[in-house]
Amino acid sequence: MAKRDDLGLREALSDRLLPMLVAAMSFLAALGLAGTLASASLARAWQNEASATLTIQVPQPNDPDATGKVMRLAAVQAALAQMPGVENPQLMSQADENKLLTPWLGGNATELGLDLPSVISARWAGASSPDALGESLDKIAPGTLVDAGAIWAARVAALTGSLQDCAAVVLLIVAAVAAAVVAVAARAGLAQRRDTITIVHGLGALDGDIAARFSSRATVLVAAGAVGGTIAALPVLAWLAWLAAPFAGTGIDAGGGALFNLPLPLLATLPILPLAAAGIGWVTSQITVRRWLRGLP
Amino acid sequence: MVRFEDVWLKYRTRPGTPGHDVLRGISFEIPDGGFRWLTGPSGAGKTSLLKLIYLAEHPARGFIEILGTRAAHISRREAALLRRRIGVVYQDFRLLPQLSAYDNVALPMRLAHRGETQINADVTEILRWVGLEDRLNARPDELSGGAQQRIAIARAVVARPKLLVADEPTGNLDDEQAQRLMLLITALNRLGTTVIIATHNMALVERYPAPRLRIEAGRMVQNG
Repeated sequence: MAKRDDLGLREALSDRLLPMLVAAMSFLAALGLAGTLASASLARAWQNEASATLTIQVPQPNDPDATGKVMRLAAVQAALAQMPGVENPQLMSQADENKLLTPWLGGNATELGLDLPSVISARWAGASSPDALGESLDKIAPGTLVDAGAIWAARVAALTGSLQDCAAVVLLIVAAVAAAVVAVAARAGLAQRRDTITIVHGLGALDGDIAARFSSRATVLVAAGAVGGTIAALPVLAWLAWLAAPFAGTGIDAGGGALFNLPLPLLATLPILPLAAAGIGWVTSQITVRRWLRGLP
Repeated sequence: MVRFEDVWLKYRTRPGTPGHDVLRGISFEIPDGGFRWLTGPSGAGKTSLLKLIYLAEHPARGFIEILGTRAAHISRREAALLRRRIGVVYQDFRLLPQLSAYDNVALPMRLAHRGETQINADVTEILRWVGLEDRLNARPDELSGGAQQRIAIARAVVARPKLLVADEPTGNLDDEQAQRLMLLITALNRLGTTVIIATHNMALVERYPAPRLRIEAGRMVQNG
């Protein structure tokens, strides 16, 4: 069939309603996509941070250690300094310890005469889990506790994984609704042009030719709507990226440059939305029209 | 060749219902380049028989061969390509309302992917033949019933079909136009096109003698 509007599809497939509905779907898809990528990025940042933090509590820090030769705190500090994978062990100052305990014990916890443990913070850079660290330190100073942050990392991973799943489900739902919208529009177009299509079919038009005419029109409208919806989502995404920047540690400028500082993976992925929408439009209209044509002899 | 052997056609109002037979045991044969009048009272089944020929209906049973192809054993693509070799003049014209007279007539050639130069030459010539060369850009709703019928006839013959099927093609034409149309059809027939025309116009049948297929109540009562 020649490239002209013999079927009158410019009227039958309106250039208003379908693109507007697809634009709305694309807007939501852009948010869903951003959610997927952002949760993945935050998950990586938070997990790295949480799993790398070590907190070591040494009770009775001034008592002798297991050998009885040095104080427990000094023995643990010396051991940490020698252990591979442990970086930058720092004894928490009395002021910092006070600040930490203030919610429970008031502002001068260290003056209450309580037998408080000393706290050492460090970073774990080892390849394997720091589980064995606690056992080693417990032999030097029994009762020493090591909080590796792995539990928090696992919880963060579970949370962000769930967020990613939700965002993926949102994307799937949006794609399904977009396909349904295209199918309904195509069926409306078929109903409006039933006589025309029946005549053209009777004159020897192939099913593929008729479906291609519908698909071409539907794909153009869907792609236009998707481009519009994706562009409309950009300011919202920029604003969300600006809000999320402190958590992600991306250091996005809080000024007017935020609009142009969307994460690179998101900027690289957003153009896929109109392409995916166009693909959905083409495939859905092909299936819808070909199934309808099966009703003709 | 067009060949029917014991063909039955049943219309059902709804799927699963028994329906009723509109054609019963129809058998006939038209050789390549043959000409047949199809006659019979209204409701006898003439239009239904033509629909079977131009593949708009499937028989309930029986054997149909159109232009050397067994109609029951072809794919949808083959059926579409076969339809391109059949010119049809419908009783209700079936023109595309959004297209001009020129584009309506050009449609079969465009479906066959002919070049625009050839389309322009052939469409212009056939529209001159049917006396509508000055109405190329008119849409069907701007034309009289007779003019629409001439457009429908032009569309049916423009691609020089191997088989021409016409259902009351002169119904809306005056005598002069009907004569002109028959000159066109007989010229096509002489060039090898097989022709089947359903009509009530017995004067026309008498004026252009040819074998007749007569149907009454869905049965063939005259063949030859």
